[in-house]
Amino acid sequence: MLKVVGIMMLGVLSGYLLRNRSLRWVSKAIMVAIWLLLFLLGVAVGNNAEIMDHLDTIGWSGLLLAVGGVLGSVLMAWGVYRFFFQGKDKSTLA
Amino acid sequence: MKGSLIIVAFFVVGLLGARWGLVPSELLEQDFTQYALYGLMFLVGIQIGSDRKALQALKEQNLRIVLVPLATVTGTWLGSAGVSLFLPGMSLKDCLAVGSGFGYYSLSSIFITEYRGAELGTIALTANILREIITLLGAAVMVRFFGRLAPICSGGATTMDTTLPVITRYSGKEFVVISLFHGFVVDFSVPFLVTFFARG
Repeated sequence: MLKVVGIMMLGVLSGYLLRNRSLRWVSKAIMVAIWLLLFLLGVAVGNNAEIMDHLDTIGWSGLLLAVGGVLGSVLMAWGVYRFFFQGKDKSTLA
Repeated sequence: MKGSLIIVAFFVVGLLGARWGLVPSELLEQDFTQYALYGLMFLVGIQIGSDRKALQALKEQNLRIVLVPLATVTGTWLGSAGVSLFLPGMSLKDCLAVGSGFGYYSLSSIFITEYRGAELGTIALTANILREIITLLGAAVMVRFFGRLAPICSGGATTMDTTLPVITRYSGKEFVVISLFHGFVVDFSVPFLVTFFARG
């Protein structure tokens, strides 16, 4: 955990120092790293017979968790909107 | 949307490739995946550190703007904890780890795979992709029933890129800055919170 946080903070610091340069390559490199890692996750899943047998359960669990997360979020959003945003001076919004 | 399809395609190609024996399993050597993950973390850090828009947005806003990402995080945790009651196979921590992806499916699934294995990683991938899709498709309904912050909180970490267009459309232009700031904060929190629940 400490290692991961450390690496990321190092990145944040580098990013801050480099903020005046063109960093378009960074988002491209991120994309490639994500493709690579998700390809590898696919390989790991495909190699794992037990997971392959449970793909339907995995899908349903994922759907339930997505719906739960969204529902909780919109309820909290409603509370914050209702008590802190609605009817308040519009000019401070943007 | 196109970006998500490409990412899912890579996952599916890897899965089928392994299934049909076309991909050597030596590819899964721990070290290789781990270094790729560290590289990704470093790059994500650079991207966050060099982002001026979000910090600028914060300066121009009323303090109440910080309540929006807080609502997203607490709401997601409450919802995920609630769902864990219906998923006997998953612990509360598992559900909170998956929920803490906040729609950032690539990073969260990769992290969870690293710490907890490919099964929970795949659940995280599914749950967080669906979260993005639900936000894209449901933004209009959310605004109608839960107010104009609803699609922002639902969008989680995606509100500074993929879901920003629908948020702009249905919440209104005056919510763009809030959406950017929110996406920035939630994005930043994903690696920390996912690691916290997946390892802790």
